[in-house]
Amino acid sequence: MESQNPNHAISPSATTASNGDSVFANIAKAPEDPILGVTVAYNKDSSPIKLNLGVGAYRTEEGKPLVLNVVRRAEQLLVNDPSRVKEYLPITGLADFNKLSAKLIFGADSPAIQENRVATVQCLSGTGSLRVGAEFLAKHYHQNSIYIPQPTWGNHPKVFTMAGLSPKYYRYYDPETRGLNFQGLLEDLSSAPSGAIVLLHACAHNPTGVDPTVEQWEQIRQLIRSKGLLPFFDSAYQGFASGSLDADAQSVRIFVADGGECLAAQSYAKNMGLYGERVGALSIVCRTADVASRVESQLKLVIRPMYSNPPIHGASIVATILKDRDMYNEWTIELKAMADRIISMRQQLFDALRDRGTPGDWSHIIKQIGMFTFTGLNTEQVAFMTKEYHIYMTSDGRISMAGLSSRTVPHLADAIHAAVTRIV
Amino acid sequence: MMWRYLGRRPMSTLATDWWHNVGIAPKDPILSITEAFFADSSPNKINLGVGAYRDDEGKPVVLQCVRDAEAKITGCEFLESLSRQGNVKLVEESAKLAYGENSDVVKEGRFAGVQALSGTGACRLFAEFQRRFRPESQIYLPSPTWSNHHNIWRDARVPSRTYHYYDPESKGLHFGALMDDVKNAPDHSFFLLHPCAHNPTGVDPTEEQWREISHQFKVKNHFPFFDMAYQGFASGNLSKDAQAIRIFVEDGHLIGCVQSFSKNMGLYGQRVGCLSVLCMNAKQAIAVKSQLQHIARAMYSNPPVHGALLVSTILCDPHLRNLWVEELKVMVNRTTKMRVTLQKNLEELGSPLNWDHITNQIGMFCYSGLTPEQVDQLRNKFHIYMTHDGRISMAGITTGNVAYLANAIHEVTKSAEGY
Repeated sequence: MESQNPNHAISPSATTASNGDSVFANIAKAPEDPILGVTVAYNKDSSPIKLNLGVGAYRTEEGKPLVLNVVRRAEQLLVNDPSRVKEYLPITGLADFNKLSAKLIFGADSPAIQENRVATVQCLSGTGSLRVGAEFLAKHYHQNSIYIPQPTWGNHPKVFTMAGLSPKYYRYYDPETRGLNFQGLLEDLSSAPSGAIVLLHACAHNPTGVDPTVEQWEQIRQLIRSKGLLPFFDSAYQGFASGSLDADAQSVRIFVADGGECLAAQSYAKNMGLYGERVGALSIVCRTADVASRVESQLKLVIRPMYSNPPIHGASIVATILKDRDMYNEWTIELKAMADRIISMRQQLFDALRDRGTPGDWSHIIKQIGMFTFTGLNTEQVAFMTKEYHIYMTSDGRISMAGLSSRTVPHLADAIHAAVTRIV
Repeated sequence: MMWRYLGRRPMSTLATDWWHNVGIAPKDPILSITEAFFADSSPNKINLGVGAYRDDEGKPVVLQCVRDAEAKITGCEFLESLSRQGNVKLVEESAKLAYGENSDVVKEGRFAGVQALSGTGACRLFAEFQRRFRPESQIYLPSPTWSNHHNIWRDARVPSRTYHYYDPESKGLHFGALMDDVKNAPDHSFFLLHPCAHNPTGVDPTEEQWREISHQFKVKNHFPFFDMAYQGFASGNLSKDAQAIRIFVEDGHLIGCVQSFSKNMGLYGQRVGCLSVLCMNAKQAIAVKSQLQHIARAMYSNPPVHGALLVSTILCDPHLRNLWVEELKVMVNRTTKMRVTLQKNLEELGSPLNWDHITNQIGMFCYSGLTPEQVDQLRNKFHIYMTHDGRISMAGITTGNVAYLANAIHEVTKSAEGY
């Protein structure tokens, strides 16, 4: 592109034709996000039998998004309250929300909470909590390696890299058993340098649905503590995995119970259906209350240049629900209903494949937990299912059980059966 | 459950004191003022710190157009399709607000627009984008500027420099020095500009001055980046407040522009804003937009829905939009009246100093010229809170407290030489 000759007198152009080249002229289009790209492709498909098993957003039996009744009620209360204002929240967010979120994940009787050893800040859902935590670690922590499970949510490596951390992998999923590669996990964490950060999915591992057992968690805890590794939990599915909020927080709680330190990112996107409102929290459990206070002050310095303070609406809804006994109970019931529906889909799919005599062991469908199933289908099989059966999923063979219904299970089972028998 | 029996286990001897090196962070200079204000129990206290609008009773305001919009959307926004639409509409309408209803840029889709977390989030997105695609570049920030600008570009790892802006002598624009800095900067430098109601000084270039700046930017091929946090809040007229931007766009600059709806719609806590980057053509705009979304994905995935729906509902509904414009004028008229009243009171008290800048400056803030010592005295003796640079938020002044404020300022300055 020609550059302007500075010796010419340049008069303002009356037209809007650009005289100069854009400084960003050489920018290439970024690749589509692989997960969100599935929905884009699904939307373009005009087949009446198409099925979207891509994004992990809950759907009802009718295939519709669900707004929890208790959320509607909470929102109505907020809107009807004329005294509510829309002022800036503090940098750390809504105080009530933070306290209640910490209690939710660590347990109301957690000694760490009672001893004021927890710094909690409201963040933008799980992603935002991970990013703030990672930037804090990149600034203040002596180690910048973060060990993440193989595989993990596609956005994890990007979040950590952009925050200034260096992702490394530990073995997690065993394609042979379609379960946990426990030996590999222990070996890889054993050989991590002392002090390295370890990302752990608190429950309902995304994308595999494979979780350690209670006994295995205890072994992981001992290994992490003995090697001086720093655990960073990603809790995106509390209550959604088993239907019990307490059961789904066990992994986090055994770490906190031993008096040690950890980070925990919480999301309310799935378990309260507040996807679009971006509600989450980051908690850092510290050795002492004094440390927690200093850590909180430093978290503010990470947040202020990122977005100043978090959005008020979603957090207000969550706080309203968590602090009211009746609404809280109503929530746990609606949450359990969602979890139960997903568990029922797992059973139905398993039964359907068994009834068709589909070759292979499909028990992992009912052993895996949470929103996703790692089917074990390969990329060719996935492509076949998309082309011939209009079924959309990520190419790693992950399906979102939430996208299934009793009505569509047979179609999926047919597709899997065809894929497995015709493509190897 | 097994975990119940674990109790308090002794820490492994290898446990490390991870955070011993974490010092207590300095308080944010602006937000800590409000904290201190809340801790003060004096009945006369006045908060002139944060730039959030207050009515004549000193109370925060939720605009009626916002209440109406909220009643309209309640319960609907959780539907994903609606939230997607809301987002698209927000970007479209924001672009029209900034560039003009009939702007070619908007009609031809020659901009990459993304919803962002208010002004801060939009600036941060751009700063990260700038570092990724122009890694050798720096950003020139006006002296002074909103303190968080420095933090934002620092955390995005883009080095910053300052350019002359405020003249403490005249309490106005240091235009000559500003133009020198523009000329002396290397070609293709990135400059941050406040298109109206400069924060913290309230000092804006005239239309003529803007045209000269734009011209010089063309000569130097500089990148103009506008942070517009106060559209409508400066003069009360939305188009007039965007004039600087439109001058630059007419002149052919491919600008970057941040918009915030925190102040002009009173949506502070909702974090609604927009970042737009003008491009050569629609195809390039798609590429740039995809990269901005990519950066946002690693920061918070998607922006929050609620505030965006409020804004797009207001902007797309003619009745609500008109209501908004009226309510905006009410806010501006009130702050303007407070400027006039404060200056008049100081003059009537017989102040030896010149207070013309109170009414010459524009927008939410007045750069009073008070020294840090005087600011401290105001706080300690009179329970009046402002930032140490002497910036006063006009929105914190009411008919009920303006006399007290004038008196206090007079007390701490009456023995000062003219400054």
